[in-house]
Amino acid sequence: MAKIKLAKDKVEKLIEICKSFNNEGSELINVLHKAQGTFGYLPAEVQEVIARELGVSVAHVYGVVTFYSFFTMVPKGEFPISICMGTACYVRGAEKVLEEFKKQLKVPIGETTEDGKFSISCLRCVGACGLAPVVTIGERTYGRVSAGDVADILKEYRN
Amino acid sequence: MEQMIKLTIDNKELEVAKGTTILQAAKEIGIEIPTLCYMHLNDMNIEHKPGGCRICVVEVEGRRNLAPSCNSKCEAGMNIKTHSMRVLNARKTVMELMLSDHPFDCLVCAKSGNCDLQTIAQNLGVREIHYKGEQSTYKVDYSPSIIRDMDKCIMCRRCETMCNDVQTVGALSAVNRGFESVVAPAFEMDLQKSTCTYCGQCVAVCPTGALTEKDHTNQLIRDLADPKKTVVVQTAPAVRAALGEEFGMEAGTLVTGKMVAALRNLGFDSVFDTDFAADLTIMEEGTELLGRLSAHLAGDKDVKLPILTSCCPGWVNFFEHHFPEMKEIPSTARSPQQMFGPIAKNYLAKQMGVKREDMIVVSIMPCLAKKYECQRDEFKVDGDPDVNYSISTRELANLIKQANMDFKTLPEEDFDNPLGESTGASVIFGATGGVIEAAARTAYEVYTGKTLEKVDFEALRGMEGIRSAKVDFDGLELNIGIAHGLGNARKLLEEIRDGKSEYHAIEIMACPGGCIGGGGQPLHHGDSSVLKKRAAALYREDEGKAIRKSHENPYIIKLYEEFLGKPCGELSHKLLHTHYFDKQNEIEVE
Repeated sequence: MAKIKLAKDKVEKLIEICKSFNNEGSELINVLHKAQGTFGYLPAEVQEVIARELGVSVAHVYGVVTFYSFFTMVPKGEFPISICMGTACYVRGAEKVLEEFKKQLKVPIGETTEDGKFSISCLRCVGACGLAPVVTIGERTYGRVSAGDVADILKEYRN
Repeated sequence: MEQMIKLTIDNKELEVAKGTTILQAAKEIGIEIPTLCYMHLNDMNIEHKPGGCRICVVEVEGRRNLAPSCNSKCEAGMNIKTHSMRVLNARKTVMELMLSDHPFDCLVCAKSGNCDLQTIAQNLGVREIHYKGEQSTYKVDYSPSIIRDMDKCIMCRRCETMCNDVQTVGALSAVNRGFESVVAPAFEMDLQKSTCTYCGQCVAVCPTGALTEKDHTNQLIRDLADPKKTVVVQTAPAVRAALGEEFGMEAGTLVTGKMVAALRNLGFDSVFDTDFAADLTIMEEGTELLGRLSAHLAGDKDVKLPILTSCCPGWVNFFEHHFPEMKEIPSTARSPQQMFGPIAKNYLAKQMGVKREDMIVVSIMPCLAKKYECQRDEFKVDGDPDVNYSISTRELANLIKQANMDFKTLPEEDFDNPLGESTGASVIFGATGGVIEAAARTAYEVYTGKTLEKVDFEALRGMEGIRSAKVDFDGLELNIGIAHGLGNARKLLEEIRDGKSEYHAIEIMACPGGCIGGGGQPLHHGDSSVLKKRAAALYREDEGKAIRKSHENPYIIKLYEEFLGKPCGELSHKLLHTHYFDKQNEIEVE
């Protein structure tokens, strides 16, 4: 019997989230979305609790978490940076923007800087192709970003 | 009335019921469209047709793209070509793309010769692979029963259907996306750490070498060659009804005598029968059933009913993982395999003048969970397993081939004694309903003190996933439940948990059909008529036996007189009973 450790208030919060969706297995994506919104990420322990509350297998929960790039199992930074790599952004130079963020922050895609401030991830289309290339940081969206803009953007968050 | 529609397939006109798929319609007129991810287990109502592999595509006149025949329905007036040049080229391209990310080790792959991917590639005439690209490099996952080599996975997801829909075990899921997607346990952990029960149904349906059994044949060959070791073997009931298939014999051919001859030829010192231990199981489990029942009738409120059978290691793993709160309900009787072990190493070894450490007990099983069961710590004495290891029906067939035997022409030989004598009751252990029928035969006579007029309890037989029957014990009516397939078992367990179960005794076997459909049996490639033929063979063997009730087996009577004392007695309890563990992950609140 393996033991999974999780703080009491976290377990209670998760149970509450699952309950708000009537503990229905078909609401898994919504539950995961809410849980990630609450905890910032979805570690194995959180997935175990959700699986049990919704009556689905942990393998299934993990399958969904790994399928959608929005879900993450590692904590994101205080300011999560997402660079759109959809077709429109890509052809207008999103890759160069991504490279610049990686260079400046010295972390690869999917990881967080040592001070916990920034994390980098890629996503596919935020529905703002007219603004390509698009970068989102937290709730804020930046359009027509070029590699030269990266340093200035980061400066806004560094102080 | 069913609505019928007319269509044309390969210039042949036909009429089919509305809702029929193109694949099924073609089959009706003798056209076998190749399939890879498709799986149809008709008796279990399972039709897996994700349409993912695209091998079964056909050309439908007027339709722009090719249609996957497994999940495209027939429509009136359709004109379908199943082997036009466009279709053949598309199938070849699809196959080449699949093979472009497949290890080229067919010559030494465990599945070679029995691999659907290989067969279809051959049938399509693929002689060259025009595509080159990245190759998957997953680490191979070795568990005590099953080996996962995901570089060979083609994402047909048949294993997922078996694990999740049929067995409701939930150990496997498709994870990640795109090129990185793979079927794996949660968090891509090793199977051994997951909720896997080792039932092996995933292995039984895998069309490639991605899922195979842990092979113990080399270890066996080494032990047989060691002059210091006395190697004895026990063979499970279901093996004799299926082994012949590996040598081209008709499904349901009984090969008991030839199998014994083959094992003797291989060099085993003694060839015994797990059926003997099955008779012993009935003595112990039947006594336990009557004990619990008598206590219940006497008004004991604490007695646990229904009693559940405990012969099936996949089932034991299932309730330890999924229903640990009910671990006191199953019988404590060990499985026949694990009853045979301690009798061989304590009683037989003494008779033969062999030291425990010099005796190797091997079992031939239709099952992959048995491999894990051998390794359980509670079945070891100072680290020495009661049963050293088990090999599957398929592995035995390979060994017979390696030893240059022409199986079909082998003479019929008899088992050795004392652990080779068995009754008809024990033979039917291999089919769903068989264990509880065997128990009923003995329990009836012990309870009533009367002789059974008819030993066949036909109401307990059949292939439905969940069955129930009432058995009259001379005025006392016993409610008996039977489930095969773990998804069906789950339903009965939930009834018990919710206090709705009215059964006195329930038999559960993890594999659909019982052990005859075990994960270690010759592959039936989704044809469930094979299972029915195997079951019929076991009932035939039962009918032909002179003794058909376990408690009348003379060697069982002698074993109790000379060694064990009485069923469920002190020595029996030590050697023939066990206990169960809570294997559920516990969430510890900090």
